[in-house]
Amino acid sequence: MKPIEIDKVQDKLEHFKNKQIYIHLETTNGAYASHFNQDKYNVGAYIRNAKASYHQAKIVGDGKSFRVGLKMEIGWIYAEGLTDWEMLDSKLLMAGHDREGRLMVSLQISETPFSY
Amino acid sequence: MEKHVVVIYPHPDDESFGAAGTVAKFRSEGVPVTYLCGTLGEMGRNMGNPTFANRETLPEIRKQELMDACNILDMELEMLGYRDKTIEFEDRRQVAHHIKTYLDKINPSLVITHYPGFAVHPDHNAYGAAAIEAVSLIEPENRPTVWAQAFSNDTLEKLGTPDIKNDIEKYFDKKIKAILAHASQAIGVISQYRNADNIQSDLNELAKQNLGIERFYVWKY
Repeated sequence: MKPIEIDKVQDKLEHFKNKQIYIHLETTNGAYASHFNQDKYNVGAYIRNAKASYHQAKIVGDGKSFRVGLKMEIGWIYAEGLTDWEMLDSKLLMAGHDREGRLMVSLQISETPFSY
Repeated sequence: MEKHVVVIYPHPDDESFGAAGTVAKFRSEGVPVTYLCGTLGEMGRNMGNPTFANRETLPEIRKQELMDACNILDMELEMLGYRDKTIEFEDRRQVAHHIKTYLDKINPSLVITHYPGFAVHPDHNAYGAAAIEAVSLIEPENRPTVWAQAFSNDTLEKLGTPDIKNDIEKYFDKKIKAILAHASQAIGVISQYRNADNIQSDLNELAKQNLGIERFYVWKY
């Protein structure tokens, strides 16, 4: 993946607007967080291939780390800490990595289901 | 001498970090070894450093890394097709029967797996429990020995001294080679030891401390 270019990602978010899309949304700090440090907690969540549709979308950030909000008819999809992006087979992949390249958060949008 | 050894772990790289030296030792004695790898580590967070994988390309990358590591260790590989992070939500009996179909074919004398409840990652605990259940479904006279690997922080306190301590120094280079075959994972995992110890010491030394002895408990049925 490459560092987020805000204008290009905004264009892609517009592209998926008002379409039926599939979402992969995930956050994780790994399964070993509290094993290596008792003061830490294992926290994570993911949803893969949630069907959704949004009519408004925006990416906002300071140049290094970004937030994306997708406004749906009856709710929101939100991700914070996104740093990198890539288009893969017409799928928009966005992710946030730590200094060691580990994925901390990801938001992915596709018109076709993600492999499962 | 063992007749056939089956390693049952859920993730590509569990075999290299956990049992590569033991596998190499068995292979050097001519004992066949088969790895029943549960998932492709699809939900791993290590993407290489610098990153070269992403959530969608990771499964195929890890599959190739797994095949390369198994080539290095000269063991047979079977991929059981579960999804990373989800094994504990599957029906354990069903997973056990699935594993047993392989055990029935191979008829091993030794099974190596994770010790349920003491193997930190939920997939380790769940897949280990299914493996142990799979062996329990075999008639007692035909049951292989089970070596269960435990490494949660309360292991020594709760389980006592491991029954098996394989000093794998002779096979350490091979183990490191197998670990490094998992290019997307290796550095990220090894650097966790360093962060945990909060010191800047030689990676090789750290690896020897953490990986130089492979410990197992003999499961009592």
